[in-house]
Amino acid sequence: MAQVLTFRDALRATLMEEMDRNPAVVLLGEDIGVYQGTFRITADFLTRFGPKRVIDTPISELGFVGAAVGMAMLGLRPVVEVMTWNFSLLAADQILNNAAKLRYFSGGQVNVPLVIRGPNGAGVQLSAQHSQSLEALYAHFPGLWVVAPATPADARGLLLTALRGKDPVVFLENAALYGAKGEVPDGDAPIPFGQAEIMRRGHDVTIISYSRMVHLALTAAEQLAQTGIEAEVINLRTLRPLDRETLIRSVRRTHRAVVVQEQWRPFGAAAEIAAVIYEGAFDLLDAPVERVTGADVPMPYARNLELLALPHERDIVAAVQRTLYRQ
Amino acid sequence: MAMHKTKAVTATRHAALGLSDQDLLDMYYYIALARTLDDRMWVLQRAGKAMFVISGPGHEGCQVGAMWPMDKKNDWLVPFYRSVAACLVKGMTPKDILLGLFARAVDPSSGGRQMPGHYGHPGVKILSTSSPVGTQYPHAVGIAYAAKLRKTGEVTMVAIGEGGTSQGDWHEALNWAGIYKLPVIFVVENNFYAISVPLHKQVAGESVAARAAGYGFPGVVADGSDVLECYRVAKEAYDRARRGEGPTLIEYRVERLGSHSSDDQQERYRPKEEIEAARRRDPLVTFRAYLESVGLMDEPRGQALTARIKREIDEATDSADAEPLPDPSTAERHVYATQHDPTYYRADDQIPGPHPMHPWLPGPDGRR
Ligand SMILES: Cc1ncc(C[n+]2csc(CCOP(=O)(O)OP(=O)(O)O)c2C)c(N)n1
Repeated sequence: MAQVLTFRDALRATLMEEMDRNPAVVLLGEDIGVYQGTFRITADFLTRFGPKRVIDTPISELGFVGAAVGMAMLGLRPVVEVMTWNFSLLAADQILNNAAKLRYFSGGQVNVPLVIRGPNGAGVQLSAQHSQSLEALYAHFPGLWVVAPATPADARGLLLTALRGKDPVVFLENAALYGAKGEVPDGDAPIPFGQAEIMRRGHDVTIISYSRMVHLALTAAEQLAQTGIEAEVINLRTLRPLDRETLIRSVRRTHRAVVVQEQWRPFGAAAEIAAVIYEGAFDLLDAPVERVTGADVPMPYARNLELLALPHERDIVAAVQRTLYRQ
Repeated sequence: MAMHKTKAVTATRHAALGLSDQDLLDMYYYIALARTLDDRMWVLQRAGKAMFVISGPGHEGCQVGAMWPMDKKNDWLVPFYRSVAACLVKGMTPKDILLGLFARAVDPSSGGRQMPGHYGHPGVKILSTSSPVGTQYPHAVGIAYAAKLRKTGEVTMVAIGEGGTSQGDWHEALNWAGIYKLPVIFVVENNFYAISVPLHKQVAGESVAARAAGYGFPGVVADGSDVLECYRVAKEAYDRARRGEGPTLIEYRVERLGSHSSDDQQERYRPKEEIEAARRRDPLVTFRAYLESVGLMDEPRGQALTARIKREIDEATDSADAEPLPDPSTAERHVYATQHDPTYYRADDQIPGPHPMHPWLPGPDGRR
């Protein structure tokens, strides 16, 4: 059985079930208790689980992420909500230098089952310090899992895996998706990390993406279908681990690839994905791998500039056409 | 007050503090101007003219008091998003502020790049604000250090809310300033809430000012509804800074009269009675009462002032609104001092630019 849920409710229900099941799960974050979360992911959690497990923190990201690392080492399962991933940068040392390395530097003796979650990427007119996509930054570091769900089903399945793992997970949501609806399977069905999903079958080109950009890719694929181009759309779901096999296999079949990301082009996730494709399918490529990305500027506030800085469906369509030499 | 019978004492509190009647009228003007501008911004946001508003209703009194002893030409202000009144006193105009709200090309803070409420204005020595709370505190310390090194005599005033004092940046800034005895005034506008999180969950002991002791300089508390008291403590802090005696931490206890921002509804987490009670500590009301008590304000004069301010805000709104949005061709400007590497810029490869297939080759328009 499956039910239709919003992305928000999928996260919320999953978190709630896991907290019912596992008393070691505790939540920390700004305005998550009384206020029920900026995006209401933790609505009713305070009344249900009490202030010992639902902790309204002071505004001190470094402090509460660091404390969560300590809790995680001592057997709790902290889930930290960052109001936006942009503010995780204040806790960067705890995440990148500590959470990511404690297992290694303890010779494998220490688990850090920590989940950090919150919205990543651009909203509408939030400007640069609230709009960044930080996946490539976090995915660069060994020791972290980096998850970027695109659908409510992903949100549930990947969160279940995150909540049961032994290593720190960077769980990147997207505020524009919280209201998006989709079928979510009932029951206890975690989605393993490193398993991409082929959201649409096609034989002319492979469009590879994750998080919100998957939806742009699907729309672009529909538009392309009207011109007789059948695009395959891959939702990566996790960047670390990266499901190389699925994407290489697809590109070896379609001979063309377009990678879509919201973040800046230089040293972004698409560069790594393109490299993986070159390594695994170079001999079968009929065109250079195309990248559709955000503009290489801090996100501007003015709406007209912001629209210029974000990738759109038409950019994906154009990129696909270039791989087919149709332009 | 034990001194009210002393002969030498001047007749009014403000005169005793060295403030003239005109000072008082000007201070009141700024409080009222800031409030009217504030109300206007919320109306504009609701009307769809702006995406977001964050502002300072209830904080104006302490800001005007804090700014009044400042040397407005020479000293620096490092504001936060509630600092509407402080920025007006420092020399930004209502139009300047509305240009930021409307994201216009000539917005003096950022040219339409940064969100509203992030004030900056090099012309009047206001350092540009950043969104992550607390980051302005170390900046202020750096400015104060530079001023000391360059012997410019500039004093820096920096502001934040009490929630922001939970950040490491805040503590690290105080530590530094204490060690180097820097000419900086640390203002904390304590409105008892950080969005929904109450003071007792940010500050154990509930006194921000007390923390100064640990960093080796004085910390004082002043009631934000008592504008003259706000002025008095700030004056002392400026005097100390100018004498080379180092920083002061001032905690102003103020009321947040509205929601945190246009994304918030404070009714969700604040009792109605508390919101009502806060209105009695509105500096606009309490300061006016003082002005009336010393014969500087009455109904006709109040009405004339209100009309004048309304006219000013109307004009500012119209002329800011008439300005154009940033020119799209400038989108890649201001990332580096020199021309940005355009190879990477395009989000939309259909815009004339680098060759779409081979970005290292010039595009159809000869651009790279
Ligand atoms: C590093 C960081 N974390 C979280 C936020 C989100 N945020 C913006 S304002 C705010 C509350 C600040 O409260 P306080 O410092 O008390 O000032 P007030 O808004 O009450 O005047 C929060 C949590 C932020 N801007 N920066």
